[in-house]
Amino acid sequence: MSRRWSAVAWGAGGVLVLVALWEAYKFLGPADGVVLGTTRVLPRTTDLAMPHVWDMLGRLAEPVTRSPSAPPLWGAILLAALTTLGIAAAGWLVGVVVGVGLALVMQRWRLAEWGLLPWIVLSQTVPLIAFAPVVKSWGSRVEIGAFEWQDWMSVALIASYLAFFPIAVGALKGLQSPDRIHAELMQTYAAGYWATLRKLRFPAAVPYLLPALRLGAANAVVGAVVAEVSTGLQGGIGRLLIQFAGQASGDPAKAWGPIFGAVVLGLVAAGSVALLGAILKNYRRTEETA
Amino acid sequence: MKHSRGRLAALGAMAATAALALAACSGGTDSGDGGDTADGDLTPVKLQLQWLPQGQFAGYFAAAEQGYFEEEGLEVEIIPSGGDIVPQDALANGDVDYAIAWVPKVLGSIEQGANLTDIAQIFQRSGTLQVSWADSGIESIADFEGKKIGSWGFGNEWEIFAAMADEGLDATTVQIITQDFNMNAFLQGDIDAAQAMTYNEYAQLLETVNPDTGELYEPSDFNVISYEETAGAMLQDAIWADTERLESDEEYQETTVAFLKAVVKGWVYAAENPEEASEITIAAGSGWGPSHELWMVNETNKLIWPSEAGIGIIDEAAWDKTVAGALAAVNESGAHLITEEPPASAWTNEWIQQALDELEADGLDLTGEGFEPIDVTLEEGGN
Repeated sequence: MSRRWSAVAWGAGGVLVLVALWEAYKFLGPADGVVLGTTRVLPRTTDLAMPHVWDMLGRLAEPVTRSPSAPPLWGAILLAALTTLGIAAAGWLVGVVVGVGLALVMQRWRLAEWGLLPWIVLSQTVPLIAFAPVVKSWGSRVEIGAFEWQDWMSVALIASYLAFFPIAVGALKGLQSPDRIHAELMQTYAAGYWATLRKLRFPAAVPYLLPALRLGAANAVVGAVVAEVSTGLQGGIGRLLIQFAGQASGDPAKAWGPIFGAVVLGLVAAGSVALLGAILKNYRRTEETA
Repeated sequence: MKHSRGRLAALGAMAATAALALAACSGGTDSGDGGDTADGDLTPVKLQLQWLPQGQFAGYFAAAEQGYFEEEGLEVEIIPSGGDIVPQDALANGDVDYAIAWVPKVLGSIEQGANLTDIAQIFQRSGTLQVSWADSGIESIADFEGKKIGSWGFGNEWEIFAAMADEGLDATTVQIITQDFNMNAFLQGDIDAAQAMTYNEYAQLLETVNPDTGELYEPSDFNVISYEETAGAMLQDAIWADTERLESDEEYQETTVAFLKAVVKGWVYAAENPEEASEITIAAGSGWGPSHELWMVNETNKLIWPSEAGIGIIDEAAWDKTVAGALAAVNESGAHLITEEPPASAWTNEWIQQALDELEADGLDLTGEGFEPIDVTLEEGGN
C-alpha cells in the first residue's frame, strides 16, 4: 500500500516541479526569450506566449464563451477528449486485429514475411496529410445498404493505420520468440498448429505484445488528433485545438485547455493498455522493448 | 484470491472505458447541420465549405436553419473543411455537389485540369487586409520592401504578390513569414505587416488587451492596407459547380438554380438579421464568442452588399482583374499561380441570373439597396 502512495506522491511531485519550472522561467527569463543568432532557443515569457499556470487553470473553470448556452471550458474539453478517445479506441482495435492477423500470417509462412514486411514498413512512410483527404474522399463514396460511412470512421481508419504497424512488428517478433526446442517439444506431443499457437506462441508473445500495444495506443491517439484536424471532423480534441488556437491572441489561456486535454487523453490511452497488462500478468515474466 | 480480484477490477475498468469510448463515438456522429428528414422527395445536396463553421458562411447556415433549402426541395448537408480538405478538390473528385472557395485558388486548380465553374460570386469585394503598427511607416504596398510580411500560404497569399507585382516589387524584396491561426506573431514583433481578414483576424487584434494600457487595442493603433484598394484585389468566396454536370445533367441544372435561390434567401436573411444569423452560426458548431461571431457576420455582409447587379452576379471587370492579378503574381519560390487565361467555362452568370429572376417576384432586396451594416462592440477574447 505504501508503495502505491509513494508512486502517487512522485507523480504529483513531478507535476509540481513542472509548474515551478514554468513559473520560475516566466519570472526570471527575459520577456523576449533567449535568441542565439537568429534562432530563438527559449520562448518569450510574456503573458501572450506563456500564461500563468493559475490563469490557465482558472480559465478551465470559466464558460467557453459569453453565450448563455456555453458549457464550462473543462466540460467542452472533456467531451471532446472522450470523443477522440472513442475514435482512437476504435482505430486501435482495428489496428490490433489487422496487426495481429498480419503477424500470424507472416509467422506461419516465411514467404509471407518476406513479401509483406517491406510493404508494412513502407506503409508508414506515406505522409498523413496526403493520406487523410484520400481516405475521406473514398469514405464519402462508401454506402452499403443501410450502412453509410461516417466521417469519424475516416479518422478511426487513419488512427488504425498508424496503430497497426508497431503491433504487427511486435506480435511477429513475439510469435517467433519461442526457442526451437520448445516448438519441437510441442511437435513430440503431436500438437498441431493451433494448439502450438495457443499453448506456446501466444503466451510467449505477451511480453513483446504489451509494449507494442502501448505504442499502438499512443499512435492511435496521435493519428486520431491529426486526422481530425486534417479532415475537419467536428467534436474532437483536434478540432478544439485549431479552433482555440485562433482565439489565442485575445484569450491566450484558452488555447492551452485542449493541449492539457490531449495530454490527459494520451495518459488515459496508455493507462488502459496498462490495465490489459494487469489482466495478462501471469504471462509477463519480462517485458521486451519493441 | 487477491490476484483474481485485482484482475476483475481491471477488467471492469477496461469495460467501462470501452463503453465510454463507444458512447463518445455515437455522440460524435451527429455533427453537421440540421436534422435528417426522412422525406424521400428532397434532393440530397452536399456543400463543401472552405473552413470551420463561422460567420463567413452565415448565409448557408441561415438557409438551412430557416428551411429555405427544404422550400426548394433540397436536403443540404453543409460540410466544414479542416486543414487538408481543399474544397475545389473535393468538388472535382465528385465528393460534393458544390463548394465555396476563393477564385484565385480555383483558377490554379483549373489550370491543373479541374473542370469547375463559378456559378455565383457571393463576395463582391476582397476582405483581405495587411495590418501593421501605426508607427511602423508601412502605409502602402510600396513600403513592404525589406519588411517581414505575414501570410497564411495555401493559396491565400496571391493578393499580396499581385499587389506587389503592380508596384514593381517581386517576392525576393520582402521576407515572407508564414502566419499561424492567430495574430500572436504580429503582436510579438515577428511580423511587420500581418495578413488579416476584415471579418476575422482584424477583429482578433481589436479584442486583445494592449499590455501598455490595460485596455483593448484600438483601430488607431494600426495601419491597415486593404487589398480591395490595390491592383492585387481578387474575388473571394464564390460558389463552384462541376462544369461537366452543369452542361449535360438537366437534374443538376435544376438543383443548381434551386440551391442558389435558397442561398440567396439565406444571405438576404443574414443581411437583415445579423444577430439571428450569428446565433444560428454558433448553433451550427462555430466556436467563436458571440461578439466575434456577430462582427464576422456584419463584416461578411459588407463584402456582399450592396451588390448592384444582384447578389452573386459575377462582375466581369472584377473577374478580369482577378485573372490579371493571378497572371502577374509570382510567389517567394518563383512559382506562378497560372500561366494562361482560364477557359470561358470558368464562370457563368446563367444560373444565378435565373435564380434571381425567379426570386424577383418575392419582393426580396436582392441588390442590398437598403443594406445598413450594424455597429458591433468587440469584447475581450471575442466573448
